[in-house]
Amino acid sequence: MTAAHQITAGFMPLFDSAVLVVASEMGFAAREGIELKLHRETSWANIRDRIAIGHFDVAHMLGPMPLACSLGLTPLASETIVPFSLGLGGNCVTVSNAVWQGMAAHGAAPDLDPARAGAALGALIRERTAGRREPLRFAVVHPHSGHNYELRYWLAACGVDPDRDIEIVIVPPPFMADALAAGRIDGYCVGEPWNSAAVAAGTGHIVTVKALLWRNSPEKVIGVRKAWAEENPDALAALLRALHHAARWCQAAQNRGELAALMADARFLGQPTKIQMPVLTGHLELGGGVERTVEDFFVPFDKAANFPWKSHALWFYTQMVRWGQLAHTPENLAIARDCYRPDLYRSALKPLGVALPGANAKVEGALKVATPVGSAGASLVLGPDGFFDGQTFDPDRIDAYIAGQQPA
Amino acid sequence: MSAGSLTILVIDENRIRASIIEAGLRDAGHRHVTVVHDVAGIARRIAEIEPDVIVIDLENPNRDMLENMFQLSRAVKRPIAMFVDRSDQASIEAAVEAGVSAYVVDGLKKERIKPILDMAISRFNAFSRMARELEEARSELENRKVIDRAKGILMKSRGLSEEAAYALLRKTAMNQNRKIAEIAQSLVTAAGLLGPLEGE
Repeated sequence: MTAAHQITAGFMPLFDSAVLVVASEMGFAAREGIELKLHRETSWANIRDRIAIGHFDVAHMLGPMPLACSLGLTPLASETIVPFSLGLGGNCVTVSNAVWQGMAAHGAAPDLDPARAGAALGALIRERTAGRREPLRFAVVHPHSGHNYELRYWLAACGVDPDRDIEIVIVPPPFMADALAAGRIDGYCVGEPWNSAAVAAGTGHIVTVKALLWRNSPEKVIGVRKAWAEENPDALAALLRALHHAARWCQAAQNRGELAALMADARFLGQPTKIQMPVLTGHLELGGGVERTVEDFFVPFDKAANFPWKSHALWFYTQMVRWGQLAHTPENLAIARDCYRPDLYRSALKPLGVALPGANAKVEGALKVATPVGSAGASLVLGPDGFFDGQTFDPDRIDAYIAGQQPA
Repeated sequence: MSAGSLTILVIDENRIRASIIEAGLRDAGHRHVTVVHDVAGIARRIAEIEPDVIVIDLENPNRDMLENMFQLSRAVKRPIAMFVDRSDQASIEAAVEAGVSAYVVDGLKKERIKPILDMAISRFNAFSRMARELEEARSELENRKVIDRAKGILMKSRGLSEEAAYALLRKTAMNQNRKIAEIAQSLVTAAGLLGPLEGE
């Protein structure tokens, strides 16, 4: 029997590709009549190129990446839309042992507190500048990534100018821990398991996590070639349902062992099971034998994690403007607003009778505690979603937000 | 202007493939070809070389790093566009299919870049054909070894001549619509499980 839909998907070896992997390997795609072909890729540039020229119909992508594609910021631009989010959180900021010692001398404690760690890092950077030492070099995975924006947001809020006071370079995720160990970089922001890998190797300390910088914040998404989505609405809807079931499976605590074993397969992450567990439990080893448990460290399904909020896309947009990647114009804003597609998510999942948010956007950072929201069919709990510096982002007041974030 | 006036940088961790591309470019009259295998310190190299065209294999995980460098254009000083021409879909598809990507300084004429990219594509294809043939030759050798072992088992356990043992393998393969090597492998595996049959 041949499947009703053939879908080709690209992914990068990161834990947050799990929902896509599980959809394929645990039979969720097949149950929706989909033959899902997964292709492991070596760079985000390859994912973008292969989506653009039609090798891939859909792909595991950095949340801001489809925006960058649609806004023409990438060498090979293409209209890419986002009908599904692959989860919230999952990243950490890791520094070398030397930088950690320097931060500790300025009051950092192994508690992951972003304000405290940021203040200590800021003091260390000022001390180095005064001593005319080389600026610290941090790595992120891509210029158009949540990692780049959250690292910059954190540093800027702690009084560090990420363009002037440090250097930010690009390093592929699987190389991060090695680059840190070799002294080519002093720190990095990346998804798991590439932080726990450095801690396990004894070469890095985790200083803070995405979930504490902006709780329940957006990370990877499913990017879809717009032309393919328009020509294959049934295949896309079937895929979104398969991903929904796969994400629910990934969230369930009883599946953690099986999920870690699956991702440890050489075809996917190829890293030991033990190193996959921190992302699943939120129980992290920070380095130096210290352990901490982070609530909502990585959320693959709960709290409407898969809903492609337009406010998430628009926040990414504000950061592109903030860091000089893009001009804030009505045209660009309109492209950003149209890129994430909650309408497609809603129409695909409606037949399942699952809880769906009523709105397409929300004020980010406004929910201080987990909040049940009225929704069709079932109950839905959102948030908390606070930024560590207490700011909020109202997608209806973008001009004011952008103006408020201009560098001094 | 002669073909040789363009400065071309080839970034490929695979030394054999890189030298194949380099040879092709030199044959085509390009005199300014630099090959780099390791991207460590690449920014400085690019600043020194000031290439008009950068050819890189798609499997190089450092493409994201390179592109960021181009965008900052501190190292490169000139804006870098990707591929020959964004509108030239066929060229782009052929390149990605072959596993090659090209970055080109903005403003360079398509007619000048196209032959370079075409050459890189054909060399990449030639290399993967070569690698495939090598792999086939290797598995051919493996097959022959396993068939020899299977023949030995049959000769010993059934008292057949070498010719008759081979004929039996071939007949079984034909009946089951499988390859002789597969039948031979099954026999070797089974004999291994049964132990004494092979007399070991």
